[in-house]
Amino acid sequence: MNAVHIWRPSATLTNLKLRAELLKKLRAFFEARGVLEVETPALSRAGATDRHLASFRVENPQGGFLYLHTSPEFPMKRLLAAGSGDIWQLGKVFRAGEAGRLHNPEFTLVEWYRVGFDHRRLMDEVAEFIGVLLPGLKKSPEYLSYREAFRRYAGFDPSAADKPACIAALRACGKEPPAQGDMDYDGWLDLVAGEIVYPSMGHGQPTFIYDYPASQAALARVRPGNPPLAERFEVFVNGIELANGFHELADAAEQRRRFENDLAYRRAHGLPQIPMDENLLAALQHDLPECAGVAFGFDRLVMLAAGARSLAEVLAFPCERA
Amino acid sequence: MASYSTNEFKAGLKIIMDGDPYNIIENEFVKPGKGQAFNRVKIRNLRTGKVLDRNMKSGETVEAADVVEMDVQYLYSDGQFWHFMNPENYEQLAADATAMGDAPQWLKGEEACKVMLWDGRPLAVTAPVFAVLKVTETDPGLRGDTATGGTKAAKLETGASVRVPLFINEGELIKVDTRNATYVARAKE
Repeated sequence: MNAVHIWRPSATLTNLKLRAELLKKLRAFFEARGVLEVETPALSRAGATDRHLASFRVENPQGGFLYLHTSPEFPMKRLLAAGSGDIWQLGKVFRAGEAGRLHNPEFTLVEWYRVGFDHRRLMDEVAEFIGVLLPGLKKSPEYLSYREAFRRYAGFDPSAADKPACIAALRACGKEPPAQGDMDYDGWLDLVAGEIVYPSMGHGQPTFIYDYPASQAALARVRPGNPPLAERFEVFVNGIELANGFHELADAAEQRRRFENDLAYRRAHGLPQIPMDENLLAALQHDLPECAGVAFGFDRLVMLAAGARSLAEVLAFPCERA
Repeated sequence: MASYSTNEFKAGLKIIMDGDPYNIIENEFVKPGKGQAFNRVKIRNLRTGKVLDRNMKSGETVEAADVVEMDVQYLYSDGQFWHFMNPENYEQLAADATAMGDAPQWLKGEEACKVMLWDGRPLAVTAPVFAVLKVTETDPGLRGDTATGGTKAAKLETGASVRVPLFINEGELIKVDTRNATYVARAKE
């Protein structure tokens, strides 16, 4: 890109108008369902300990650091624990180091929580949401468990395999895997998912992937069984991941254990330590109602609605022009 | 030794992988929302020309390849090496057959070539885009036939083989596009 022109927006005015149109539609969607719109802080003393999320940290003039949120999940759960009922939020979130055709370090997330829902019921609502905002797609979504999706597209059962199966599946598709030997099995599954499984999802209709390995539960409940499975889902359209949802974990002790495991992983891998959110843990201790929640990438939705290939085509100013 | 993190990857960057120099053709950041981030790169081996698709963990670093391109003048071949001169400082360098690739079939002497150097050693030599060469062997020409568009095989003074129009005769000079070994036009001395 010519440096002389970077003051100009990278999105066309047509796409910016489409963006505004979709914002109206999504507000109407939640209004019609009686879901309360809320705003929570973007800047917080605590952050996401998640192994694969990098937070922007800013200096607090009063001492210490504040973190730009990577999603509004923790304070929204505090509202739920305080009795808010169904809530939704539209806002900017920040993820350091994520930049590319489908990533921008600052992006717009639509996040909502439904009291009394589990992940299956929330998947149905996400399907309706997509039906309203991307009307060109077939209405009936496809539902595949993580295991079925891997069996069908990568040719192996992720609950009964290990790294060699991942390497073989990648090689079979002509992809040379990374040489490094320090990646755990979940990392290898992410690679196979990103290279082989996810690109095949959501062509003509949304595809939901649900029941993730327990090791990839993040903030989802784990359903006991053999193997135990995380009550988590993601949804794809045109091979692009749009949303991630959980049947929300409400057990404070289990949540603390997961934060501590993440921080131990961070220490072992030379990643920054992030203060865990004690306010969230206190709220869970108080009582989080039975609920399910989902985070939906709004910019990618606009991109698909516009028939665009990259986020830059629907963002007024992506990071390199910001 | 200089190195690059995957975060700095972009098309045109020269890196070393498995001991060979590569040029990055494409770089894409791939990351499941909750998962490990990767870079999906398409790279060309600058020694062999082979193109590879490769995945790397984001944040990994690789050694930078010290690859530069230089304008040189072709001097002569001793049968084993092709000798060139840097016209700026008159320094000479020698390229082997691997580095020369298809280039020798276009060279007679004094041509301005480009040489790609890796750590100062010739990696690849590119002949000028156009070469004017004499036809040494071809079937007799068809007088006056300049319109039918047929072609025939011809051998040039440097040993190169190209397809030429039917009206071209032995002993004539022709202009050739060396990038795809195709006839461009008749040429004058």
